[in-house]
Amino acid sequence: MKQSFSFKLNGKPVTVKAEGSTSLLTVIREYLDETGTKFGCGLGDCGSCTVVIDNEAIRSCMLAVEDVIDNNILTIEGLEENGKLHPLQKAFIDKDALQCGFCTPGMIMNAYGLLLKNPNPTRVEVINEMEENLCRCGSYNRIIEAIQLAGKEMNKNQ
Amino acid sequence: MRSEKIDELYFSDVNEPIQLDRREFLKKLGGGIIVVFCLGKLSLLDGLAQSSNEDSLNFNAYLRVKEDGRVDCYTGKIEMGQGITTSLAQALADELQVSIYDVDMIMGDTDLCPYDAGTWGSLTTRFADPVIRAAAAEARETLLKLGAKKLKIEEKDLEIKEGVIYVKKDHSISITFAEITKGKKIVKTLTKQPETKKANEFKIIGKPIISTDALAKVTGKAQYSGDIKLPGMVYAKIVRPAVVGSKKVNVDASGLAAFDGVELIEDGNLVAVVHSDLEIAKKAARKVKVTWSEPEAVVNDKTIFDYIEEHVTNYSVFKESGNLENGKKASQTILKGKYLDGYKAHAPMETHSATCYFKEDKLTIWASTQTPFGVQKQLSRELNMDLEKIHVKQIFLGGGFGGKIYSEQAIEASIISKSCGKPVQLVWSRKEEFMLDRFRTAAVMNISTGVDSLGKLKLWEFDIYCAGTRGVTLFYGCENHRTRVFNDKGVKGNSHSTSQKKKRVHPVGTGAWRAPGNNTTTFARESHIDVVANEIGMDPLEFRLKNLNHENMKATLKLAAETFGWQRKKKEGHGYGIALGEDAGTCVAIIAEVSVNKETGEVVPVKMVCAQDMGQVVNPHGATVQTEGGLTMGLGYALYEEVEFNGGKVKTRNFNNYEITKFSKTPEITCVFRDKMDSKPQGGGEPAIICVGGAIANAVFDASGARVNQIPVTPKRVLEGLKM
Repeated sequence: MKQSFSFKLNGKPVTVKAEGSTSLLTVIREYLDETGTKFGCGLGDCGSCTVVIDNEAIRSCMLAVEDVIDNNILTIEGLEENGKLHPLQKAFIDKDALQCGFCTPGMIMNAYGLLLKNPNPTRVEVINEMEENLCRCGSYNRIIEAIQLAGKEMNKNQ
Repeated sequence: MRSEKIDELYFSDVNEPIQLDRREFLKKLGGGIIVVFCLGKLSLLDGLAQSSNEDSLNFNAYLRVKEDGRVDCYTGKIEMGQGITTSLAQALADELQVSIYDVDMIMGDTDLCPYDAGTWGSLTTRFADPVIRAAAAEARETLLKLGAKKLKIEEKDLEIKEGVIYVKKDHSISITFAEITKGKKIVKTLTKQPETKKANEFKIIGKPIISTDALAKVTGKAQYSGDIKLPGMVYAKIVRPAVVGSKKVNVDASGLAAFDGVELIEDGNLVAVVHSDLEIAKKAARKVKVTWSEPEAVVNDKTIFDYIEEHVTNYSVFKESGNLENGKKASQTILKGKYLDGYKAHAPMETHSATCYFKEDKLTIWASTQTPFGVQKQLSRELNMDLEKIHVKQIFLGGGFGGKIYSEQAIEASIISKSCGKPVQLVWSRKEEFMLDRFRTAAVMNISTGVDSLGKLKLWEFDIYCAGTRGVTLFYGCENHRTRVFNDKGVKGNSHSTSQKKKRVHPVGTGAWRAPGNNTTTFARESHIDVVANEIGMDPLEFRLKNLNHENMKATLKLAAETFGWQRKKKEGHGYGIALGEDAGTCVAIIAEVSVNKETGEVVPVKMVCAQDMGQVVNPHGATVQTEGGLTMGLGYALYEEVEFNGGKVKTRNFNNYEITKFSKTPEITCVFRDKMDSKPQGGGEPAIICVGGAIANAVFDASGARVNQIPVTPKRVLEGLKM
């Protein structure tokens, strides 16, 4: 049975009709057509589907839509503010911390969650938080540098 | 080009492009100056398999200087993260003298781009680059001529900067490319190579440039094949057997009665359901009960190596010289070794995906593929359609590594769409991606080597089972050598394959995996070189330098050794390992430092240096990113990646049981290139990865004394090696 579920997606209130058990990833990508968030494995093992819910990075493929009622969900599409790139997006470009780009939205959203908790992470702290996000092209070292650079930029702006 | 043909070429060294016919695209274009450059019309390139359209690699390109001054470059290549969107634009911009940011790359679109055999084999920079540069040079000369006419000033008194033609002595007099092209449609077809820039004239080639498509990727705007949404689209889920190669016997679809609007599609062995709601399609697919006739399992991940040696009996001699008996006589020490490599998955982050629709009798498809024109041809065959009625669109690709040369999902999606009469999206699950992968083949290598009392190689016998000949031409000097290739076309006896005609030794799909075969054979050769050096008590660097008879390789190794600091004092439990290899025209030398825990057998990569001679480096930044990526990905096959299977039943289903390199396992990586700006560019996408397995295995031995002859070098194998 489909029911209505309401939450905020990138600051905008949305209501979708879905079965409660439907994954948030499917709801975001296929019901709401925001395709920046990617399907990679469907088991929470790769991190391609990572979104930020009420300031915490979470795998959207492992979360049922009925568990996010009234939550604030942020996806890669919601990171830019007034047409300006978020420091993480900018740092990923500047460090060229990507190749095929498929894991990138998940990487950036996971890093967003990390920097909220720890604005100035050490290399080891970045690795610990990012460890379960996979990149087959092998851009890990650049991603670490990009996250640390973004953290510095964000601290400067505060 | 058929994927089997690609495999054949891909598993060997392709050193020359092969040419061919061209097609008419010009009608579709608007105004401006268009330069078509077609190597097929040139006779300077003779190569392998010159013949039909089907078997040819051609490197045609064209570009259009538009009426607004921007430049469109059309090539049949695709971007999958290897950075050619940037490096091809860079070559074009330098030659045409425009800003790289004024170049738009239109790639892999079968309606818009010239035919291309596919993006594989590290061929793009080697062969597409010169073509694009030639077209750009011709466009530049045409624009200069027109500019001179308009300004009424001789060409020699003009100069070009960023798309503007200036009078040399007076920059206040100028005309832009846009002004020249306005209202014009000039088409130039090149049949001979125009003069291109010399290295000392480069302004953009050789400069580090950050990926020009990064913005789309960091904002989520980059669209991959599964991101396309079409009106009235349905999602397809395919009902798969548990065992690869099974045949459909019976379908019980009575379970579908519980779902509204679900449609069942059956076409041969293909059984699928479609629905406008992905969740419903997934649930419904689980309710379809299919009885399959499964091929018998005769081999598993443990027995595969003996099975290969036993069943693959036909061979050909790839290279031979001198006399093996003389080699044995001249040797003081003779050492034999057996090296094994199991199947490896491609595991791109994006699974095979396709979205397609029919409009009247025309099919339009977005497919994650490395071979858009190959897919077009395959679809034409499978669906019995004219080529012109099939349009494969340009798309971002979420990694390929050879695995997306084969695009079964595009055929499946098209058949389903045709059958249900609706636009269809098909995205393989991760389980499907593993099960249906065309894995890097399992392989066995037997080596017998002899050295004399001075440490010079006197005998080299190399038997390769199932890994091909790419990169196996020996760069060590040894007068008595023989390399034999046992390939799976010569399978003995009645193998388990379901097809009576085609006997296969592999129970799962196999195909090209980033530098096909070369990872495997390089691991074997470089491991064995270290075994010999160790046996005679010679430093592995010294042993290699003494025996190399390839000057570029020698220089590349020296560069790596200096950069790494080979003489650096080792920390407790650490070891250093070297591996050399040649791929796609590029010389690679990797030196790895690892630490090994002798209690657990765990290996931690600490540092890696990769030196390469890749000729002219078009984008040093892009080449560095590719190399880092190759090394990082390569650590996966060197240390972790293993496919578990029993016959055609692939037990490896997701990343929780297929470990790839992660953040914590990525060492410090340094990439250096020999300065060869005057040379031709060589391959960059694949070469670096080939040396990872050998360098790691050698470093593990150096650190612990455990010689592991099978990759991945797992803790279990290290512990076993320590006992020996």
